[in-house]
Amino acid sequence: MTTRFTKDHEWVRLDGDVATVGISTYAAEQLGDVVYAELPPVGASFAQGADMAVVESAKTASDVYAPISGEVVDANAEIKGENWQIINDAPQGEGWFVKLKIANKAEFDALMDEAAYADYVKGL
Amino acid sequence: MAEAGTPKKLPLDALWRARTSKFGDFAGYDMPLQFEGLIAEHNWTRSHAGLFDVSHMGPSFFALPKGHGLEGEAAHKKVASLIERLVPADIQGLKPGQVRYTMITNAEGGVLDDLMIARPAEPGAAGDLYIVVNAGCKHQDWALIEDATKGEANLVRADDRCLLALQGPSAHVVAAAVIDPALAEMSFMSVKRYDAFGRLTVTRSGYTGEDGYEILVRAEHAAELANALLAHPEVKPIGLGARDSLRLEAGLCLYGHDLDATTSPIEADLAWTIQKRRREAKDFPGAARIVAELAHGPKRKRVGIRPNDRAPAREGVEIQAGGKRVGIVTSGGFSPVLNAPISIGYVDAEFAELGAGLDLIIRGQARPATIVPLPFVPHRYYRPQKA
Repeated sequence: MTTRFTKDHEWVRLDGDVATVGISTYAAEQLGDVVYAELPPVGASFAQGADMAVVESAKTASDVYAPISGEVVDANAEIKGENWQIINDAPQGEGWFVKLKIANKAEFDALMDEAAYADYVKGL
Repeated sequence: MAEAGTPKKLPLDALWRARTSKFGDFAGYDMPLQFEGLIAEHNWTRSHAGLFDVSHMGPSFFALPKGHGLEGEAAHKKVASLIERLVPADIQGLKPGQVRYTMITNAEGGVLDDLMIARPAEPGAAGDLYIVVNAGCKHQDWALIEDATKGEANLVRADDRCLLALQGPSAHVVAAAVIDPALAEMSFMSVKRYDAFGRLTVTRSGYTGEDGYEILVRAEHAAELANALLAHPEVKPIGLGARDSLRLEAGLCLYGHDLDATTSPIEADLAWTIQKRRREAKDFPGAARIVAELAHGPKRKRVGIRPNDRAPAREGVEIQAGGKRVGIVTSGGFSPVLNAPISIGYVDAEFAELGAGLDLIIRGQARPATIVPLPFVPHRYYRPQKA
């Protein structure tokens, strides 16, 4: 399955018309220890780029934007259960934020692939 | 006020860069923000000893001109009376080797900076004061001091040296082993010079709530001292990130956030920094407002706030009671020791009761919180029992 990335350091993995979304390993490292996260409720809909979730480290609070438009069909129960450590431990795996039923696959296709994102991060 | 242009490098820049790449501009200096991780560094400082480079701050010596002809107590009283034109603390009353925390106040009773003023212990230094001001205010402060005392005393900047803070329960063991056994016996808020690593000016003080020292060392000896301290197994380098979470847990004010030119020392719950002689003399800038607030209470008060849930309330969060705005958060974040969010804020006096419930407006949502005593985590300063 292809993973794509945004300039704001969200990642998206597409399985059929359901996209799993989280923050990149780079973003998790930049944030440091996560001490709070807020996920949207199942059923909420977001346009691409809209504020969707919040993740806070000891250092700072960051908005997480919807990388593509869609409706929330699942939110990570580990994070809802306040196991925020999972975001630091496995940001691009078990530490996913939400699953979105996507509206427009073209939005996904237009995002950076892994190699492009790696280049982008190198330039930061 | 940060200096414009490229941030300045610390004298120990290379030493820190060998240990971290996480730097950031703070008050015009390129400062190490984080080493191992903010929470790990925070907890290490609370359980062992952390070494902080705070050379961006403004250490200085303020002294009567050469040939002033005064001795001992008379020389101290003279130099202290000059600096008392700017601050409300009793500086004349400092004993040799004593340090006081105070503020530069403006005519309206607001705080222009908070600072430390020390009277050297050494008889040969009578007529000198050692003054440490905040990084972001140092140019303003030094200009104010020079303007207020022109021709009567000289201010010598010492910010070309390094200021290192060693903080934590093991700090005294490390300082005794690396610098001089006598450091272990200094009491909190005292100052002493040591002939080691060139010549050091050491205060037993800090900004973490822990026991510890702030050590002024000449730049040419700074690496030698820092390496000797870091070689001790109890010591790790700590960045500015953990410095902020440590001072927040200790309930200490950060200038520009918890204190500013509109905030009075009384609103800030710093009445203890204004000693009796000055309250009675009312002879400092802003005395009218400050003395009135001492008598009748301030309109708003600085308080500790614990959110009842897990969401941190950071600077700028509005505080409400019954749907009405009653205050604002001035510092907030996460307490590693309490494993919970904590905030400092100002609340209208009638709502500033310990234990009172308030609402914090975080991302448009009201979240319940409780006013709690400061500090959030008890201070552990060293004050030897008097014989």
